[in-house]
Amino acid sequence: MKLENSLPLEYKTHQNQLNILGFWIFLGAEIMLFGTLFASYFTLVDRTGTGPTGVEIFEITPVLIETFVLLTSSFVIGLGIHAMRLGKKTAMMTFFAVTLLLGLVFLGFEIFEFVHYVHIGAGLQTSAFTAILLTTLGTHGAHVTFGLFWGLCILMQIKKRGLTTETANKAFIFSLYWHFLDVVWIFIFSFVYLKGMM
Amino acid sequence: MDYFDRFAIPHPSPAIYASMVAIGLTGIAIIAGLTYFKKWGYLWREWLTTVDHKRIGIMYLISALLMLFRGGVDAIMMRAQTAVPDNKLLDAQHYNEVFTTHGIVMIIFMAMPFIYALMNFVVPLQIGARDVAFPRLNALSFWLFFMGAMLFNISFVIGGSPDAGWTSYFPLAGNDFSKSVGTNYYMLALQIAGLGTLLSGINFITTILKMRAPGITLMKMPIFTWSALTANAIVVFAFPVLTVALLMGTMDRLFGTYFFTTSNGGMDMLWANLFWVWGHPEVYILVLPAFGVYSEIISTFARRNLYGYKSMVASMVIISFLSFLVWTHHFFTMGQGALTNSIFSITTMAIAIPTGIKIFNWLFTLWRGKIVFTVPMLYSVGFIPIFTIGGVTGVMLGMSAADYQYHNTMFLVAHFHYTIIPGVVFAMIAGLTYWWPKMFGFMLNERIGKWAFWFIAISFNVTFFPMFFTGLNGQARRMYTYSESTGFGPLNLLSFIGALGLAVGFALLVYNIYYSTRYASRNISSDPWDARTLEWATHNPVPAYNFAITPQAESIEAFWDSKMKGHKLFPGEYKKIHMPNNSGVPFIMSCFFFAWGFSFVFGMWIPLIITTIGILACMVHRSFTQDHGHYISVKEIEKKEKELRGA
Repeated sequence: MKLENSLPLEYKTHQNQLNILGFWIFLGAEIMLFGTLFASYFTLVDRTGTGPTGVEIFEITPVLIETFVLLTSSFVIGLGIHAMRLGKKTAMMTFFAVTLLLGLVFLGFEIFEFVHYVHIGAGLQTSAFTAILLTTLGTHGAHVTFGLFWGLCILMQIKKRGLTTETANKAFIFSLYWHFLDVVWIFIFSFVYLKGMM
Repeated sequence: MDYFDRFAIPHPSPAIYASMVAIGLTGIAIIAGLTYFKKWGYLWREWLTTVDHKRIGIMYLISALLMLFRGGVDAIMMRAQTAVPDNKLLDAQHYNEVFTTHGIVMIIFMAMPFIYALMNFVVPLQIGARDVAFPRLNALSFWLFFMGAMLFNISFVIGGSPDAGWTSYFPLAGNDFSKSVGTNYYMLALQIAGLGTLLSGINFITTILKMRAPGITLMKMPIFTWSALTANAIVVFAFPVLTVALLMGTMDRLFGTYFFTTSNGGMDMLWANLFWVWGHPEVYILVLPAFGVYSEIISTFARRNLYGYKSMVASMVIISFLSFLVWTHHFFTMGQGALTNSIFSITTMAIAIPTGIKIFNWLFTLWRGKIVFTVPMLYSVGFIPIFTIGGVTGVMLGMSAADYQYHNTMFLVAHFHYTIIPGVVFAMIAGLTYWWPKMFGFMLNERIGKWAFWFIAISFNVTFFPMFFTGLNGQARRMYTYSESTGFGPLNLLSFIGALGLAVGFALLVYNIYYSTRYASRNISSDPWDARTLEWATHNPVPAYNFAITPQAESIEAFWDSKMKGHKLFPGEYKKIHMPNNSGVPFIMSCFFFAWGFSFVFGMWIPLIITTIGILACMVHRSFTQDHGHYISVKEIEKKEKELRGA
């Protein structure tokens, strides 16, 4: 296998480079996916039927905690990739583990939030607004959940096999995914919650 | 037994029971045949687990031809039902089911695999690559498409066929008006097949951008590869919209949400918008590769290089961009107001400009060429005038004020068949005939092929031209019958006669495959058409590694220049070649997807959870597997090359 030694570990083989480009294109598709959800959300946001409006159900505290936790996790995974480039396996694994833990905390708060919504009568079957709200949040939450399992698999492989061109490539791609979820959350925070509370 | 009641067909007929028996018998015959001839191992090793882009291409091709048969039978039933006034052959419900499945099968399960068949087979060869960027993902794409198609096709014998039109407009497609599970099948089968298509899109863009042989810069890529790149770019940006729309539709039907309902805030027009934001680009996903096929064929058989290569590329890029800006023209009459309609009228008509550029480029390529009328060339030359009629009527429909007259009439049906049949079906048959020797090592019979062409081309016009008139006279589409006093009878009868002619044409095509398989000479050169691009520079049939030495291209028509000017295409000597390993996981994972979709259709939650775990387990298995592929040694390459050259 030909190695490009001037490049970081995760870019070294040709297949590595293909994987990263392919994943960027996949993220392009993901942008369309969330873009469509946002467009649908803006279309349906005022169509509350007999159900509550956003102002009536949104609460700032859990949302702020979720935002803080997820943004921190994105920063931490950045540190993890930095450690990986320095070849520090233990530090890298620690940062990744912290990232996943923060993801888990985020998910916990989101589940709590969902239970709360259903409790106060804003469930999936209440109105078009609640349906698209929970679907948009839920699609993001499902991505985070999937990411937790994915990240765990990568951590186990790094523990077993060390930092190779293959595992480094996987970890790097996973970090792209995680940052992307963060970007989506920033849009959710701004255009669903903040705009909805105004 | 109550549990099994859900699988019963809500609106049965003897024909459906007969199909059930036929499907059962065919299944038993296939299993018995495979067992008797001891072919299970062969099937598993060589096909079900293959990651070779050429074999995957051939599997797409076989699926497309099967689906062409299914969609064609639907079409014949429709034309037979409307052939005479007040006909009782099909009732309204069956007619609804038949036109719904005809549309979906032809677009999603016939045309899509057909273009992916050609792309899979040809694109890596044209750019001098060993395979696509992600061979295993490519196998997964195929199997997801295949399982989606199978799920859709069993609907009419288990639980009921979808019946809300191929567009499945809500509220008609909602639970209130579509009570059977048919529309659930629609939502989930499309979801599974669409996922496969999205993955193909990512795979092909990466392949084309990163795996070109040295010398093939972007502006030296063969035009078919360019068309594949633009089409796959549309795939990546259009299919996620469908994913979301189908998700919301599924939730409305199975979880009781209010996305597209008429109560509690739901908005039925949201479905129409989302559907066409995907649906219109989809049309160009189909037609751009077809344009690529025509460009290759016209240039080969006019014995001239393609006129206006750069403008061809530019027009495809512009079309792929504009394709996202016209979706509203599918429902001008549904009340968005004059301003919106005017804007979308203008964007719609703007598409005629880059398309017109392409038409003129083809004509200029033909101009003063030494034209050879082979079967692929006949389809290509036939395409130009017929497609132009489709295009011109498209501009008529695109004028929103005038569209109120044409909307939902047979005029529209005639228009889109005039674009899609010459635009896609002709191209696929032409491409199939053109690349057949590369795929299978022998040529299709020209004489039978020409008969088939004339049958198809003439019958096509006999079938669809009358619809322009019945449409303008007010015959609505999707009406299962009409009274004699409307006067639609004679022209509809003519359409039916044309449809029979089309059936004969397609039967001739199949007969040609049979005849040529038996009798055609296997002793042909690797370049039987005297063609111009790299795929013809390797052997017939193509060895697993495609090219023994990575080619070095210097122009768009690298192979032609090597023949004419003596450029050395394959510099250097044999080196060991890295190849991907076969894997059964894509097939197994797709089987899980099939079971997942089936459980979802009937709301069987426990099987749904089990199959979801199965899908995830396949992904985890993939993550932990270390698969570095294998190498073909120099000795093996030498042996294979000698054998191929000697033959």
